[in-house]
Amino acid sequence: MTVQGPTEAENVASVLARAVARHLGGDVKIETLKRESGGASRQTWSFDAVADGKRHALILRRDPPLETTVDPERSTALDRATEFGVLRAAWRAGVRAPEPLFELAADDGLGEAYVMRRIGGTAIARKLLRDPPYAAARRKIIGQLGAILARIHATDTATLPPLGCRQAADQIASLRRALDLLSQPQPVFELALGWLDRRKPAPRPEPVLVHGDYRTGNYLADESGVTAILDWEGAHLGDPTEDLGWLCVKSWRFGAVDKPAGGFGSREELWQAYAAAGGAKVDPVRAHWWEVLGTARWGIICHNQAWRHLSGSIKSMELASIGRRAVETEVDLLQLLKGEG
Amino acid sequence: MPQDRPTAAELLSAIADFLREEAIPALDRSEPRLGFQMRVAANSLGILEREARLGPAADARELERLKKLLGRDGTLEDLNRRLAQELRTGQRDERDPALMAHLDATIADKIAIANPKWR
Repeated sequence: MTVQGPTEAENVASVLARAVARHLGGDVKIETLKRESGGASRQTWSFDAVADGKRHALILRRDPPLETTVDPERSTALDRATEFGVLRAAWRAGVRAPEPLFELAADDGLGEAYVMRRIGGTAIARKLLRDPPYAAARRKIIGQLGAILARIHATDTATLPPLGCRQAADQIASLRRALDLLSQPQPVFELALGWLDRRKPAPRPEPVLVHGDYRTGNYLADESGVTAILDWEGAHLGDPTEDLGWLCVKSWRFGAVDKPAGGFGSREELWQAYAAAGGAKVDPVRAHWWEVLGTARWGIICHNQAWRHLSGSIKSMELASIGRRAVETEVDLLQLLKGEG
Repeated sequence: MPQDRPTAAELLSAIADFLREEAIPALDRSEPRLGFQMRVAANSLGILEREARLGPAADARELERLKKLLGRDGTLEDLNRRLAQELRTGQRDERDPALMAHLDATIADKIAIANPKWR
């Protein structure tokens, strides 16, 4: 990661001032602009826009132009314009998510970018799982996540931008392709993908909006519980059970291993909250299948992340070290295939 | 001729202790982002220390098991490639107890190096 020089921040601020003015009208001052996270390619900036004496807390999501690196993890990620369209459809369907406001124009020069409202809360799993201020929230989060997910899956697909459809068989094929790109053979992942292949559920005749990365770490919560679902760049059409399985992958329990649903509750609590909010009754066998798929997927993503460093496309000790986390999911896969965990 | 002591494991352990006890607390005060990165580095040194100590014996055990399981000779890389292929094509699967015993033992040795606290 590089420290942002004043030039880039100043440029972003002046473009934002013009763009927010187009949206809100009048004179706009940009204050407290800072880079939140992300690598060079996918950026999130936080800022306040002051217009007519009124302060708006906002977020800029941005892919700078002239991205030159080929990034395997990003190959299925949505571009910013599609992400904006998905977020807008979900927001209008009543999903608790940041309100998307407007897209930047191509001649603004910031690349693909849009602005949404900034929501309070933290996404840091360690705090949500252990810190005292969140004690009451911890009892509510899993029920809220189940209910919000039911609403995501009920989003009218006619309101969405064009999205890829990824059913069970597509996911297996794409994980096998990812394994073939690695330099070392991976018997445990091959075992798991064979197990998954022989048991794969039939494709959903009417695929729904799947969030694609619905897990602890990707939503904001405060003392009252979940405030917003973030990270929509993995959205696609598919089987709603995929999101339910992914949320229960052991890596997203952040040490609270006896609470399978995101580190906060049982799978059954999650499924009940989901069904109570209008989601389809969850088939435990199908949910288990997607949890195994999700576990294999995260392990293979760990290898992909390390590969971004090993291939020379990005120099990063942090990405390199993620490669050594893949074995955690191998432990989990062997447990899951034996019906433990 | 072996290198003088400290052994690789001893030296890695000394560096990791230094980072945790001295460098990280100082960085947390002055440069929290670097403090985080240094934790990742110290954690990786812990992996390398365990790998230096446990890795050679674990590799030797894995190789012996693979030779027996597959009934052929070869390097770890060759034999794992062969096993992965048999799993991909469905020649072997989780109903094979010898296979599962081998994978359980292999992954137990790997996690003991990468993250012994994982459960």
